Amino acid sequence: MCGIFGVMDKRRQMMDGSGIRDALSMMNERGSGEGAGYVAYGIYPDYQDCYALHIFFDRACESRAAVEAMLEQWGTIECGEAIPTYDQPNLKANCAPWRYFFRPDASLAPGSASPEKDVIANLVMQINAGTTGAEVVSSGKNVGVFKASGWPEDVANYYRIEDYEGYIWLAHNRYATSCPEQWERPDPFNLHDWSVVENGKTTTYGANRRYVESFGYTCSTGTDSEVIAYLIDLLTRKHGLAIDLAIRALAPPYWDEIDRMPEAEQKLNRALRFAYGSATMNGPFTVVAANPDMMVGFTDRGKLRPMVVGECGDRLYIASEETAIRAMEPCVESIVRPAAGEPVIGRVAP
Amino acid sequence: MSSNFGSMPLRYRISIDREQCMECGRCVENCPYGVFRWDGNRILINSRNCTACHRCLTYCPRDAIMLQEHPCDYRSHPVWTRSVRESIYNQARTGKIILAGMGSVANLPIIFDHLMLDACQVTTPPTDPLREPVELRTYLGKKPAKLEFTQKPNGDVELSTELTPNLMLETPIMLGHMSYGALSLNAHVAMARAAKETGTYMGTGEGGLHPGLYPYQDRMIVQVASGRFGVNVDYLERGAAIELKLGQGAKPGIGGHLPGEKVSADVSRTRMIPQGSDAISPAPHHDIYGIEDLPQLVNSIKEATEYKKPIFAKIAAVNNNAENVAAVARSGVDAIAIDGFRGGTGAAPRVFRDHVGIPIEVAISTADQELRKQGLRNEVSIIACGSIRESTDVIKAIALGADAVYIGTAALIAMGCRVCGNCYQGLCSWGIATQRPDLVARLDPDVASKQIANLIHAWTLEITELMGAAGINSIESLRGNRDRLRGYMLDEGLLEILDVKSVGA
Repeated sequence: MCGIFGVMDKRRQMMDGSGIRDALSMMNERGSGEGAGYVAYGIYPDYQDCYALHIFFDRACESRAAVEAMLEQWGTIECGEAIPTYDQPNLKANCAPWRYFFRPDASLAPGSASPEKDVIANLVMQINAGTTGAEVVSSGKNVGVFKASGWPEDVANYYRIEDYEGYIWLAHNRYATSCPEQWERPDPFNLHDWSVVENGKTTTYGANRRYVESFGYTCSTGTDSEVIAYLIDLLTRKHGLAIDLAIRALAPPYWDEIDRMPEAEQKLNRALRFAYGSATMNGPFTVVAANPDMMVGFTDRGKLRPMVVGECGDRLYIASEETAIRAMEPCVESIVRPAAGEPVIGRVAP
Repeated sequence: MSSNFGSMPLRYRISIDREQCMECGRCVENCPYGVFRWDGNRILINSRNCTACHRCLTYCPRDAIMLQEHPCDYRSHPVWTRSVRESIYNQARTGKIILAGMGSVANLPIIFDHLMLDACQVTTPPTDPLREPVELRTYLGKKPAKLEFTQKPNGDVELSTELTPNLMLETPIMLGHMSYGALSLNAHVAMARAAKETGTYMGTGEGGLHPGLYPYQDRMIVQVASGRFGVNVDYLERGAAIELKLGQGAKPGIGGHLPGEKVSADVSRTRMIPQGSDAISPAPHHDIYGIEDLPQLVNSIKEATEYKKPIFAKIAAVNNNAENVAAVARSGVDAIAIDGFRGGTGAAPRVFRDHVGIPIEVAISTADQELRKQGLRNEVSIIACGSIRESTDVIKAIALGADAVYIGTAALIAMGCRVCGNCYQGLCSWGIATQRPDLVARLDPDVASKQIANLIHAWTLEITELMGAAGINSIESLRGNRDRLRGYMLDEGLLEILDVKSVGA
């Protein structure tokens, strides 16, 4: 039981975070007040060529010194500062949220098709799996994750989420089942371009994790969304799958359905299941994921968790509940509930 | 020269309740080992010949026969056990290697029994297999590690990766390789029919393919072992897949032996060897003296069959199993069957059967981990074999990293085998492991195939229910999903090797 929410403006018109906060709070019934998070694309136009690293430090001094030394090794820090926060009576801060605008040294990942992202991914894995007492919670260009333990509105107010403007927002209202005190545990999870929010709990965490780790990723939090973010990055960036095929690899049709497809489609779907059997996610989930160019939503093939899609003008909404969409867009023009296994893909106009 | 040991204490004692016995003589007719004989109108018993095959007990209409194991024992001793003492007497008398049938009798813990399965409760819902699909369909063979696409002029993408042939199984349970020769033709026909009925495959073993099995050839995995019995291009072309037998779990490091008594005219024709001669397979394949020779053999078989059939390799699970598997995975084969140390056999030296090799649970887990580490997991499917006893062994083997399993002894038991362990005598009273026509005729292939098909069907249902309870609706999501297992009373070192957490963790 978690609540998820995503909104995208197809023409990159900015939305401040207040509407997203209200939408997420509308689903407080789905959460337990022990975690909420937001991610927004387009919030750092002044540093849009830098990777924005949002990092939680357990110990502001030692952890920071260790991480900064590591960053200096792998590139240049353009700017480093505490993320502005505003104390809330119901939130108990147990880490210091920080951000760096960082330029990775591409020459340190020779032979890669996307060297900067490889450097970033490597740094994120190293820091998060390490013992520096630091956790990178987002690492993309012009994007940032804001999360903490608490109710959605308290978390939003802690970061003054209304001060940020983005053209894609994802948000997550957590029903905690473990480690409620850890601020890095609630969704969204982010790795450079991709951010993920999930409502669900897969039954294939171990199989998926082993698969993605065999390609050099390191999962350090034990949460589904971390694995999903890495799987999407692996399939789209490293294996070159288009997003619709990547989603199909993660949540494929049943064999019976494949048997009934025309031959070329059958071949393609069989090949996807052959190649990505270990990446296939099972159990109940609805996932909303985004990168700077798109927002996608998909469910497990039995659709054991809800997914509602709304459209209004240039805006596409994906949420656990219609009421969340209406909280932000009372006059929403269309509401649909896609069938099980039917993905929703929204692209920002080029 | 005889020995001074006299006779050993009886292993089994057969007794007849004379009040119940109606002297129908069914026991005399049914026992091929000569335990019962007529003396006038009285039935006499020679318990020394008994193998505990239970044929007489099952066919006695009055339940008058009773069998007792070890009716009289030696003075008990924790070190000098009965089997140790008797082995010494035996070898002091004969100067020979002791042969034994069926799988290991070593009293070692079975890891499968210490692995507990998971089920969903509140955070995830269980799947109800009666209402929602749970897919057990399994493909065996190479899978691409990634896919290549080409862009068509109209912007559409088209898959350009070509898939290599895979075997499609409706359930991840196959019937393992037991040769015609070791087993009767009726047993083979029964297994072949069951494989066809349940949408799975059966292994021929190393004894060639009898013409009576040609109607089922699209369900047969034909085996090429070091003796190359029955191998020619026609044999290779008939199989759905071809398996190179490089080792066997019951006797790693040595070859096979079919006693001449079992080489009947039909067996001789099928194996292409003289009638009545012992069929000895050498320990190594004499064209494989190093791993680099294996790809040559694999390629020559692929050439001979025009790359239309998957090629399997079977190895015994030994200490450097992970390394062996990784080496074989690079040879071009499509699947690797790993045979654990409890694997069955018609005949094996006792010391090999009970002392050489490692458990299948460990072998599967380390193979899966090593292949993933080396980026080779999609190169081969993994088949677990060696005493897969019930549906939970199947599901645990898959969760440890296997794609499918072979069952051998379990299939024999489904046909009526009582696991008496005397297969090498060639007198199987159930008509399974014998070539004597009157005994073979006791096994009705129609009945036996139905029983095997029932067993596979029942296990398949149980696996479906267990997967549903675990919230998993396709078998590939179970494969290598060790997080759904927990070890109970296993030591820390073993848990680490298996990559399984302890119960409670």
